Amino acid sequence: MSEKESEDVRIGVFVCSCGTNIGGLIDVKAIAEYAKTLPNVVFTEDNLYTCSETGLTQIKNGIKNHNLNRVIVASCTPRTHEPLFRDCVEEEGVNQYLFDFVNIRDQDTWCHQKYPKEAFDKAKDLIRMGVARAARLEALENIIVDATPTALVIGGGVSGMTAALSLANQGFETHLVERENELGGRLKTLYKLFPIDLDAQTLLDNLKKNIKGNKNLKVHTSAQVKNIEGFIGNYEVVVEENGINIDLTIGVIVVAVGASLLTPTGYFGYDGKIRITQHELESKLQNNEVKAKDIVMIQCVGSRNDERTYCSSVCCMTALKNALIIKENNPESNVTILFRDLYTPGTYYEDYYRRARETGVIFIEYSPEKIPIVKEHQIKVHNEYLGEEILIPYDLCVLSTPLVSNNDNKALAQMIKVPLEEYGFFLEAHVKLRPMDFATDGIFVCGSAKWPVDITESISQGYAAAARASRIISHDTIEVEGATSFLPDYNKNLCTGCEVCIKICPYNAISKNEDDEIEITQVLCKGCGLCGATCTNHAIIIRHYTDQQILSEIYAYGGKEV
Amino acid sequence: MTFEPKILGFLCNWCSYAGADLAGVSRIQYPPNMRVIRVMCSGRVDPVFIFKALLTGIDGVFVLGCHPGDCHYLEGNYEAEKKFMMVQKFLNMVDFDKRVRLDWVSASEGKRFAEVVTEFIESIREQGPSPLSGENMDQELFNNLKAMENSVSSDRIRALVGRQRKITEVENEYGERVPIDEFNNIFDKAIHDEFVRQRILLSLSSKVLSVKDLAAELKLDPSEILENMLTLKSRGEIDYQSIDGNTPLYMRI
Repeated sequence: MSEKESEDVRIGVFVCSCGTNIGGLIDVKAIAEYAKTLPNVVFTEDNLYTCSETGLTQIKNGIKNHNLNRVIVASCTPRTHEPLFRDCVEEEGVNQYLFDFVNIRDQDTWCHQKYPKEAFDKAKDLIRMGVARAARLEALENIIVDATPTALVIGGGVSGMTAALSLANQGFETHLVERENELGGRLKTLYKLFPIDLDAQTLLDNLKKNIKGNKNLKVHTSAQVKNIEGFIGNYEVVVEENGINIDLTIGVIVVAVGASLLTPTGYFGYDGKIRITQHELESKLQNNEVKAKDIVMIQCVGSRNDERTYCSSVCCMTALKNALIIKENNPESNVTILFRDLYTPGTYYEDYYRRARETGVIFIEYSPEKIPIVKEHQIKVHNEYLGEEILIPYDLCVLSTPLVSNNDNKALAQMIKVPLEEYGFFLEAHVKLRPMDFATDGIFVCGSAKWPVDITESISQGYAAAARASRIISHDTIEVEGATSFLPDYNKNLCTGCEVCIKICPYNAISKNEDDEIEITQVLCKGCGLCGATCTNHAIIIRHYTDQQILSEIYAYGGKEV
Repeated sequence: MTFEPKILGFLCNWCSYAGADLAGVSRIQYPPNMRVIRVMCSGRVDPVFIFKALLTGIDGVFVLGCHPGDCHYLEGNYEAEKKFMMVQKFLNMVDFDKRVRLDWVSASEGKRFAEVVTEFIESIREQGPSPLSGENMDQELFNNLKAMENSVSSDRIRALVGRQRKITEVENEYGERVPIDEFNNIFDKAIHDEFVRQRILLSLSSKVLSVKDLAAELKLDPSEILENMLTLKSRGEIDYQSIDGNTPLYMRI
C-alpha cells in the first residue's frame, strides 16, 4: 500500500503525574526519560497536571520551542480529556488529528496499585506503542457540508401533521405529502378518542386549521414520493402530486406513514355485518347505528399469535372506550369483553377499566389454547374461573384486530435505505438511545409507521421526531469528524467492485457512482471501520485507524515486524 | 521465574474501553499483563491484526466489544463475531484457538472487565509461553500462522466472511437465504483450501518443489496438494519450473 512520504516527524511526549494518581505509583520522570529514547521523539516532559493551565502552556511551549508536529499525552483517558488536548495543539498550529493519547492512569496505575514495577513497564509499553502510532498519524480536516433548511414529512396522519406543524412553526419550509385526497389518515375514521373522549373530528379540524394558516407548510395531497436521492441536508426528492412531478430539495425527512388495518377474513366468522371489527364499530357509533342489545367483543384477534406475535397496543383501550360509549347510550345493553390480557397502563387508562367494571361490562378471560367459538347467535367460551364452557348470546360481535404494517413500506424503505423489522414496520436506530432516528442520518420516524401506537403517543412522537429533525436543519452546515473511511485514488485500482463494503456499511454511506466506482459519502460515515476490516482487497482506508497505524502498535508491543 | 503472559487487547471505544476506564475509576485491580489498542468498533479488528500479533510472539489476543444489540455502530460487533469465529476456525487447525478470545463488556461493567481480563490472562498463563516467542521459535507453527494470515488477507475468504450475515440471515443476490449449516460447509472447505494454498505458496517462495515434496512437507495427501496447486496455477500464482525425470517441479511466480 502506498503511503505518503513521511515528513520529518517530530514527536513530543508529555507524561502526566496527575498529582499522585500516576506519579504516586510510577516514576513519571523515568517514563519521560524513557520516551526520549524512542524513535522520532524529540522532546519529553513530565507535568504535575498536564490538563492544568500550566500543563497546557508547557505543551504549547514544547510545540513552539521544539517545532513538534506530533504530540502525545500520557495521562488519564481520551474519553474525557482528548478534546481538551486536541484543542490545545490546534491552537498552536498542530492539526488535532496529530495528537495521540496514552492511557496510563485509568487503565494502568489505578488498576495495578500493588504492582508498581509492572505498572511502570506497562506504561513504557503503552507509550512505545503510542509513539509508533503517532509517527504514522496524518492530519485530517473535519468535513463540513451545507444543509438545506427544509423538511419533508411523508404521511398526513395525526403523527405526520403534528411533526409537520411543529417544524413549520419553527420556521422551516416543510412539505407534507399525503397519499389520499385529504389529510387525516386513520384519525378521519375514528369517533371518540381515549383518554378524554375528545371527538376525533375536533382534533382533526384543529390540526387542519393550523396547517392551513401556516405559510411555511406546503401540503401535497393525492401525492406520493416517487424518488429520493442524496444524503443528510441534501436530499433531492421527487413528489408526484395529482400526476404532476414536483422536484424538492430537502434537508431532513420524517417518515410518518402510519399503519394499515387488518381485515379479519376467516376469523370468528367475520362478515362485516353482525361480526365486525372495532374500527367498523367506530363508524357505527359515530352514525348512532348500534342498536344491538348483546354485544360481545373479542380481543387479540389476529395478533399475539404465531403469525403476528406482537401486541397491537391500541385495541384494549379502544374496546374499553367503545364498551363505555355503548353502555352510556344504552345502559340496558349487555357488553362482554373476552380478553387474554388487558393492557391499560397509566392512571388515565386504568380508570377506563374501573369505569367499565362499574357500569357492568363483563370481562371474561380466555386462553390462546381455548379460543372462543363464534356460532350464529352465541359464543362458546371456556371460563377459566368457572372451569367450564359457557354460552353467551350476541347480536353484535366486535373483533379487536391489530394494526399491521403498510404493504408499500418496503418500497419506501428501499428508497430511503432504512430497515424494516420482521413484521414490516420501520425499524429505528436504537430502541432506547435513538428511538426517533433511523441509522441513516437525517431521516426520522414517528407514529404507527414504527409500531402500533394510539393518538396520544402519535402526537408525542410527532413532536419528538420534529425536534430531532430540527437539530439538523437549524444549522446552515453539518460538521462531521474527519476520521472516516476513505477510498484514496491511489487505491482505486485495488478495488474489484465486489460491493461487500456497500452491504456491510450500517449507515449506507457507501455506494457506486455512475462510473461504477465505489464512493464513500464522507458525511454519512461514522468511522466505525467495518468496511476497512472487511474490504476484500484492502483498498479502503480507515482514517486515523489505518492498518499501518494499528500494525505499528502491534509491532511496537510484539517487538518485531512480521 | 514464573511465566508472565504478554497479552494484547483490542477494545472498542464505546463499551469495553469505557468499561476498562470504569474498572480504573472504581480501583478494581487485575493483573497488569494486557496492553490495549483502542479501536472505534470491535468490527474494525481486521483478522490480519490478530495473526500479526500472534506471529510477533504475543501470547494471547483479546477482542472486546459491546454486548450484542448494544453496538454503538448498530451491527459492528456482530461482524466482529463472524470474523473472530473465522479466526478461531483457522487457529483450531493448529490447536492455537484458545490463545484468542472474544467477549463483550459494556461501559458500566468495570467489574466484569477486570474479571474477563483476569480469567483470560490466567488461561494463557496455564497454556504457557507462545511457541512463537523467545529464541527457539517453532518455525513450522510460524509458517502455518503466516499462511493463515495470508488466507484471511485473501479476497475469497474476506468476501465469504463479509457476506456471511447477509446471505445467511437476510438473503443472497438471488433472493434466497442460505441455511447456516450449508454456509458453514462451504466456508469450512474454503478455509481449509485457502490455508493449504497459502501454505504451498509459502513453501514455494523459497524453493522449487514437486507435489510429492510438498505433500511430505505439509503432511497432506498428495491428491489434495495437486488439486490446490492446479487452482494456484490457474490463478497464475505458481508454474512449472522444470521436470525432474517424470516429476514436474513447481515454483512461485
